[in-house]
Amino acid sequence: MTEVLFPDSIEQAVALLAAHEDARPISGGATLVAMRNAGLVDASHLVSLDRIAGLGGIEMLDDGRIRIGAMTRHAETAACEALTGSLEVLRQAAGMIANRVVRNMGTMGGSVANADPAADYLPALACCDAVLTIHGPGGARDIGILDYVEDWYETALEDGEMITAFTLPAPVPVPSAYRKIARVSGDFATASCAMAMEPDGQGIRVAIGACGPGPLRSPEAEAALRGRLHDPVARAEFAQALADMADPIDDVRGSADYRLALIPRLINSVLNHLTTEPV
Amino acid sequence: MAKKMLYSLTLNGEEVEVASARDATLLETMRDDLRVLSSKRGCNQGVCGACTVLVDGKPVRSCLTLTARCEGHDVRTVEGLPDDPILMALQKHMTQAGGVQCGFCTGGMLMSARNLLAETPRPSREAVKSALSGNICRCTGYRTIVDAVCGAAEELAQ
Repeated sequence: MTEVLFPDSIEQAVALLAAHEDARPISGGATLVAMRNAGLVDASHLVSLDRIAGLGGIEMLDDGRIRIGAMTRHAETAACEALTGSLEVLRQAAGMIANRVVRNMGTMGGSVANADPAADYLPALACCDAVLTIHGPGGARDIGILDYVEDWYETALEDGEMITAFTLPAPVPVPSAYRKIARVSGDFATASCAMAMEPDGQGIRVAIGACGPGPLRSPEAEAALRGRLHDPVARAEFAQALADMADPIDDVRGSADYRLALIPRLINSVLNHLTTEPV
Repeated sequence: MAKKMLYSLTLNGEEVEVASARDATLLETMRDDLRVLSSKRGCNQGVCGACTVLVDGKPVRSCLTLTARCEGHDVRTVEGLPDDPILMALQKHMTQAGGVQCGFCTGGMLMSARNLLAETPRPSREAVKSALSGNICRCTGYRTIVDAVCGAAEELAQ
């Protein structure tokens, strides 16, 4: 029998998570309750974050960076006007999650804590160089999104820890976009691509989703593509570099080979869009 | 630990006290403990939309919402909006357009459509399709449902 607890502070929540071995934090419930209904999770305690002030909402910090509280719902992120330019990619990704109703429920922290490789936030956050803030019994720590995902559904979250916020660099007025290939509207991605132009317009930042345990990102390949965005050979080499990093699976959404074939096509398509898009 | 908890809910405008499992979902509490039945258990995974209800006016999946988290919030199903002009217009157009066949999806479909028209009085056909994309219907083929929502929007705008 699962008990539902309502702590009033992050410290209390973390203490409850640490005190009960099979406790799980719950925010929107979009993933965790679905897993409970399917018999995949049997938590002794669900630690609801509802009554903790300050876990939701999006704010611009004094230095221009954007802080997104872990309990911010997808609908709010999808409608956030501060996510513009280089951060537009994250706003678009939020708006493509599931459907209008689920976007009223699910939260960024919940989605990222579950770390489904086919979910939309991971590649978008990787493209934005997002930093996660994680609270645990020992206090708070920050970790980059690429270091956070360790393997299939495995993350840097330790027992008793929970994600509390995401911090993004200040938006720069350059185009960015998120595109996903999915069987039907609202499905998880078969493959996805998050891309942002560099401030000088000479390079791009790219993360591919649903083609491995975590988002695929290669600073080396991005550096090699700099200044050659319109060169088809350079583009092909770039796409190949990311495909070489991929570790896709065969599943109901598509075969591993199909996913590998999607990577260069997605990159070309989004890059064409960014290089013709007025800022 | 007692298996059940006593919850105070505001369901369809009435204060109700209900004994429900500690980790019950709102759908389980409504259907199994309160016998409020317009919300259906389809997939129990948040995918099909048949359990959609309004919490503080926003559509959510009752199968993914813990009852414990609903205390202090206004929960509405089709049963709780008898005089609501938007719902009445939707119901009329759903029956006229043939948007109801087996009826399993209808309660949830109406809640999603009701929220759309409350927030966007004159939605485009594409906006209607997008708003209903999380509500699965296996009978109608959707066209008649989209017709009904557009028809209701038109009537309400007059």
